[in-house]
Amino acid sequence: MRKYLLVISAALVFVFGCKKDADFLKTDPSNILTDEAVWKSESLVLSVLADLYNRYVDQQTITNWAEFTNFDEAFPSQASEYWRVQQIDYPYDWWNLWDYGQMRDLNLFIQKCSEATALSEDVRNRFLGEARFLRAALYFEEVKRMGGVPLITEPMTYNFSGDPTYLQHARAKESEIYDFVIAEMDTIKTMLPDNPATQSRATKGVALAMQARAALYAASIAKYGVNTPAVFTAGGEVGIPADKAEGYYQKALAAAQELINGGKYSLYQKKTEDLQDNFAAAFYDKANNPEVIFAQDFKLKSGKVQGWTITNQPWSSAEEQQGGRVNPSLNLAEQFEKLDNTYAPFATNAGSDYIYYDNPGDIFAGRDARLGGTIMLPGSKFKGKNLDLWAGIMYWNNGAYSIISGDTYGEIGNIPGGPSGVQVVGTDGPIDGKEYSAQTGFLVRKFMDPAVGSGQLGTQSEVWWVRYRYAEVLLNAAEAAFELNQPAVAAGYMNTVRARAGLTTPLTASDITFDRIVHERKVELAFEGHELFDNKRWRLAHKVWNGESQSASDVISNIGKADKVNTQIYGLWAYKIYNPGSANNGKYVYKVVKSANVTAAHRFNLGNYYSSINADILSNNPKLVKNPNQ
Amino acid sequence: MFRRKYITGLLIAMTAFACKKDNYDEPKTTFQGSITYQGEPINVASLAVNFELWEPGWGKSGAIAVQVLEDGSFSSLLFNGNYKLIIPAGQGPFRSIINNATNSDTIPLTISGSTTMNIEVMPYYMIRNQQITKSGNTAAATFKLEQIITDANARSIENVYFYLNQTAIVDQSNYKVRTALSGSSITDLNNVSMSVDIPSSMSSVGTTGDQNYAFARIGVKIAGVEDLLYSEVVKINL
Repeated sequence: MRKYLLVISAALVFVFGCKKDADFLKTDPSNILTDEAVWKSESLVLSVLADLYNRYVDQQTITNWAEFTNFDEAFPSQASEYWRVQQIDYPYDWWNLWDYGQMRDLNLFIQKCSEATALSEDVRNRFLGEARFLRAALYFEEVKRMGGVPLITEPMTYNFSGDPTYLQHARAKESEIYDFVIAEMDTIKTMLPDNPATQSRATKGVALAMQARAALYAASIAKYGVNTPAVFTAGGEVGIPADKAEGYYQKALAAAQELINGGKYSLYQKKTEDLQDNFAAAFYDKANNPEVIFAQDFKLKSGKVQGWTITNQPWSSAEEQQGGRVNPSLNLAEQFEKLDNTYAPFATNAGSDYIYYDNPGDIFAGRDARLGGTIMLPGSKFKGKNLDLWAGIMYWNNGAYSIISGDTYGEIGNIPGGPSGVQVVGTDGPIDGKEYSAQTGFLVRKFMDPAVGSGQLGTQSEVWWVRYRYAEVLLNAAEAAFELNQPAVAAGYMNTVRARAGLTTPLTASDITFDRIVHERKVELAFEGHELFDNKRWRLAHKVWNGESQSASDVISNIGKADKVNTQIYGLWAYKIYNPGSANNGKYVYKVVKSANVTAAHRFNLGNYYSSINADILSNNPKLVKNPNQ
Repeated sequence: MFRRKYITGLLIAMTAFACKKDNYDEPKTTFQGSITYQGEPINVASLAVNFELWEPGWGKSGAIAVQVLEDGSFSSLLFNGNYKLIIPAGQGPFRSIINNATNSDTIPLTISGSTTMNIEVMPYYMIRNQQITKSGNTAAATFKLEQIITDANARSIENVYFYLNQTAIVDQSNYKVRTALSGSSITDLNNVSMSVDIPSSMSSVGTTGDQNYAFARIGVKIAGVEDLLYSEVVKINL
C-alpha cells in the first residue's frame, strides 16, 4: 500500500511539479510595473509624466539658491559660497547641459503614447501635448546654453553591431532648434487645455508664452549678434543670420498678443492697498492667481516642499538657526526708479555731510513698489516682525563720527562716552564676513513665504517656483513691438506692467528705448532666472561683466543703462546716530560699502556665450563641432 | 597583551607592504618655450591664453590645455610621444601661422626627451621701445606701437591702458590704478606717451599695504580681439 502511495505521489511530482520551460521565465515582476501595464492606465501614465515634469531644467531656481549669487544681483551670505564673488572668470563648462538621457525618455514617452490605444483619444492627446511641451522646453534650455544641438525626435536604440556611427548626429543650426520649439508650440497649443487654473501642467497659455519667449530669444540673437562677430561658427551651430530677426520678432509679438488678447490671464492685483505687498504676493499667493501661467508646484506634508524661506529668512524672525543667504545688491536695488520715472541713486549724502533720516525706510520712499516687493529693506517687515537691519552706531567723537559695531547678530556693547549695555548692530546684520547676516544691507523677498512654519526644517514651504507669468509675456510683447518699430504698442504693454508697480505716469512712445526695455526686465524679473540669458541674447554679457573693478562712484552712476558695468557687489548700510544734544540724535544715515569678501570683478568671456561641450561627448561623436572662443 | 602587540605589528606590516607602487611613472618630459614673434615673446594677461595638445591614438580623444604665462612662456610635463599642437581660434592677441608640414594651423610635435620650442605667431601689434619712469607722484610711459598685421586681417586699436599694481601680476583684472587712451586719439603710433598718478596709499585687500615699489605695464585692446596685448612688467621704485 505504502509503496503504491509513493509511486503515485512520485508520478504526481513529475507530472505537475515542473512548469513548462516557456512559462518559467514569464512570471510577472511584483516590484516594477511593465510597459504594457502602464500604457493601459491613465493614472499610471500620469505618474510617468509627473516624473518628466519633475526633471524640468532650471539654471536658477528657489531650490538652488546659490546660483542667484553668480551675477552680481545678490551676495551669497554663506562662507562656503563666497568663492562666487572671488573668482574672476566664469568657467566655460558652467551651465552646460547635454541631457540626451532625459531627451530619450521624452521621445520614448511620445512614441509609446502615440501607440497607446487603450487610452481615450482626449486623454492621449493631452498627454502627448504635454510631453511634446516638455521636450521643446528641454531643447529650448539646450539652445540657450549650448547653441544648436543634435535635433533628435525619435528614441534611438543601439543594435549591438559594434558600429555606433549611425547614432552619431551632427549639431543642428541654432536657428533650427528655435524653429523647432516655435513650430512645436504651434502644433500643441490646440492639443492642450486652455484653462488658466491649470498652472502646474502644460496649457495653451504656457505654449504661447514659451513660443513668445523662444522667438524673442532667436530674434535678439539674430539682431544683436553683430556686436559679437567672434561668437559664431561657420555651420550656424552658433549665431543666427541678421535677416531672420524681423520674422522672429513678428512671431514673438503674435504669440504674446494671442495670449494677451485671449483675456484669460491678468496681472495679480488682489492687495492693491499696499503695492509692495501686492507684488510680493503675486509670487506666494497660489489661490486663484491670475498671473501665473506655469509653475513648479510644491505641497506641504507631501514630501515635495522647498526651503527658500529657510535659506533666506531674516535672523530677527528666523525659525531655525539659519537664513539670510541671498543678499540683493545695491547694484540691483538702485535700478528701481523713482515714481516720476527717473533714475537716481539712493540719497546718502548732501555735500560733505550725511543725509539724516528719521526712519530707516525713509531713504527708499517714493520708488517703484517692486523695490520693496522684491527686496526686504531696512524698516520693512517680514511675517509681521520688524526687520532689525543696521550696521552699527555712529557716535560723535571730537568733531567727527566714529563707528562702533558688533561681530554677531544684535550684539550688545558700549558706546564710548555714552551708555553701556546697548545694542550696537542689527539682529539681521549687516556684519561684514558674518554668514547668514544681510551683508549688503538687504534680504530677498521674492518667493519668501509669510506662512508660519515656512522657516522650519520640519515644515518648509509650498510656495511655487513661477516659470512663466503674464507680466513677462507683456514685456516680451513690448520688446518685440519696440524692435518692430511700434513704440506706441510697446509703451502700452510696458505701462500696464509699470502701473501695477505704482508707476502711474505713463511712458510715451518716444520714451521707449532699448535701455528702457532692458531695465524693465531687470527690475520686474529679478530672481526669476532671466538675468544671465537676457544678457547673453542681447550680447551685453561681455560688457556688463567686463572684469574691471568698480568703485563706489561707478556703482551709483549710469543707472538704467543697458550696458552698465556690474562686476562687483556693493551694499548700502544703515547706521544709527548717537549724538545727544544734536537734532540728528537717533536718526539714520547710509553708506555705500563693498564687502571685504568681494575681491574679484566678474568677467564674462566671449567663450562663455555658449558653454563648452564636455570632452567625453566630443570624443564619442566626431561629428560635433566645438563652441567658439574656448 | 603580548598578542595585541603582534596584531598591531602585523597590521602595520600589512599596511606598509599590501599595496604595490602605482604601475605608471608620472610624466617627466618637459615641453617648454614661449609664444613669440620673430623670437620676441608676446606678453599676455594672467590665465587668459592657452593652447591645446592632442595626442592621437588613444581610445578617447581629449586635449591637454597648456596655459600661457604673463610673459608669454609656457611649460608642461608630458609623456614622450607624437602630439599635435593647436592654438584655438580667438586665443591671444595674435593669429596662428600656417604650418608647412600640415598646411593648416596645426603644428606636429614629437616629444622625446625634454624639448624647448618657441611657437611663432603673427601678433596684430607689438609694443616696442617701452620706457617707464617715475617723476614725483606720476609714472610716465613712452612706447611705440608697431602694427604687424597690415593686410585684410588688420585690426585697429580700441584702447591703450597704463596700469599700476602692487604685485608683479598686472593686467586688466589686476591693477590698482590705470589710465586709458582711446585708439582714435593716438596721432603717432611711433611715439605714444601716457602717464598715471600714483595714489598716495597703495594698499588694498590681499596686498601688503604701503610698500616702496610698484609694477607698471601697458595693455593694448585691439578692436574685435578679446585678449589684450601687454608689455613687459616694469618694477618702479616709489
